[in-house]
Formats: sequence, structure tokens, C-alpha cells
Amino acid sequence: MRLCPKIRLWPRWQPVDSDPFAAELESHRRYLLRVARLQLRDQDMAEDVVQDTLFAALTGRDGFSGRSSVKTWLTGILKHKIVDVIRQKKRQPVLESMFEEDTGLDDFDPLFRDDGGWAAPPADWGDPENALSQREFFDIMEFCLEKLPPNTARVFMMREVMELDTDEICKELTITANNLWVILYRARMALRECLDQNWFAGQARG
Amino acid sequence: MLHRLTHMVSCKEATRLLSQSEDRRLSLGERVKLRLHLAVCTGCARFQRQIDFMRGAMSRYRK
Repeated sequence: MRLCPKIRLWPRWQPVDSDPFAAELESHRRYLLRVARLQLRDQDMAEDVVQDTLFAALTGRDGFSGRSSVKTWLTGILKHKIVDVIRQKKRQPVLESMFEEDTGLDDFDPLFRDDGGWAAPPADWGDPENALSQREFFDIMEFCLEKLPPNTARVFMMREVMELDTDEICKELTITANNLWVILYRARMALRECLDQNWFAGQARG
Repeated sequence: MLHRLTHMVSCKEATRLLSQSEDRRLSLGERVKLRLHLAVCTGCARFQRQIDFMRGAMSRYRK
């Protein structure tokens, strides 16, 4: 399915670098693509939706108030585009299966003992705030997000990056609130574990 | 003994409540149980700081 015909966003006769605003938009393409791909799990759809977002931003630049960053503004536009795609996809029976991924409440969890205590309690992360000023940390975070199971990543991105409220996510994905909490719980546990192993293990601990 | 008495919720249950507290308002009973647990459990107190940090990191990511 094509969402829209491929539009050449930047006409050849007008190089991006002659327009600083267009160049700034373009500089966020990689981030937008990653966010879109994690939610749609389809490279073509993700590219279309990002192209659409950048095009809408370029033609609607007067709508940019400057109160938030360009990146935040773009994230907001992308959110609406992604919700549209998810709505369209729901109408297509072929793709419905992707929303039926395991969201069961069955809960064998190797992180905990049978009595519900930690098998291995979380290690000390020291002063994690330092990580936020390091680009490499966000590379690791992206790596960890990519490793989440598709449905888990989608829901987590909708919640934490798109900032959709929980009712909205349940409605768009036709899942129950209980399912949503389980999915978000799993996402946070997995992300915590992954950051612990791939970032903090080498940092705070000697 | 104190340890046993105050562990009205398990660590597994406490981590669930901590995660859900990001997405819904916990009931009074849940908040009390959670607070009691966090007061005596270093692992879960650490876990709480870590998921708070992750939320902050995600918010930094989109800005």
C-alpha cells in the first residue's frame, strides 16, 4: 500500500542548503524514520510517512510557532500521520495479525524468583543523568528500542515518544487497558535490562 | 521479620505497580502497599529511579 504518491520533497532546482529551514527539517529525517519504523515496522510505510511529515512541515512552516523545538514540532506532525496509517491498516484484514501479537498476561519472568522476589536486584546506575549529555547513550537507547518485540516497541513509542494518552492508544490499537499496561511493563523491563547491560555495566560499576 | 511483614507486595508486583503508575493513577491501597515496599526494598527503590530516568531520557530523545 502506498500512502501517497512519492513526492520529490526538494525540487532539484532548489537545493536544500539554500533554505536553512528546509535543511533543519532534513536534519531530523533520520530520527523521524527511526521513530516511524519502530511503530509501523515497515520501511516503505515509514519512509512515506516521514516524507509526508517533512512535506507538511515545509509547506506549513508558518504553523511553527518557535515555542518548542523543530524536532518536537515534527514529532507532533508525525504522530498524526502515524495514527492515520494505523487506522487505515486496521481496515485491512491482511495486516490485522500484527495487532494480535502475544499480549497475553501469562507471566513466566526469569527476572523474578517464584516467590516474586528479584532473581538479581537491579544494580546501581550511579548518576545516570550524566548519560543524557552523551550522544553515544542515545545510540545505545535506539539500539535497545530496536531490539524490543515489534508490538511492544510500537506501543512504547506511541506512549513515550508520541505522548499519546493510554485511552487513545487502546482505542487505536483495539486493545484493553490491561493489555496496554502489560505491554508497557514489558517494554520498560526490557529497556531497563538492555541499558543496564549495554551502557551502565561499563559505566558506574568498576 | 519486619522484612516479611512489610513485604505485602512482592518485588514483581511492586515493579508492575511502578510501571503502571506512569500510565494510570494508582488506588490509595496500591499506593500504600507500594510505599511500604519501597521503604524496605533497595532493589525496587533503585528500579523506581531507573524507570524515572528512562522516562526522562525518552523525553530528551524527542526534543
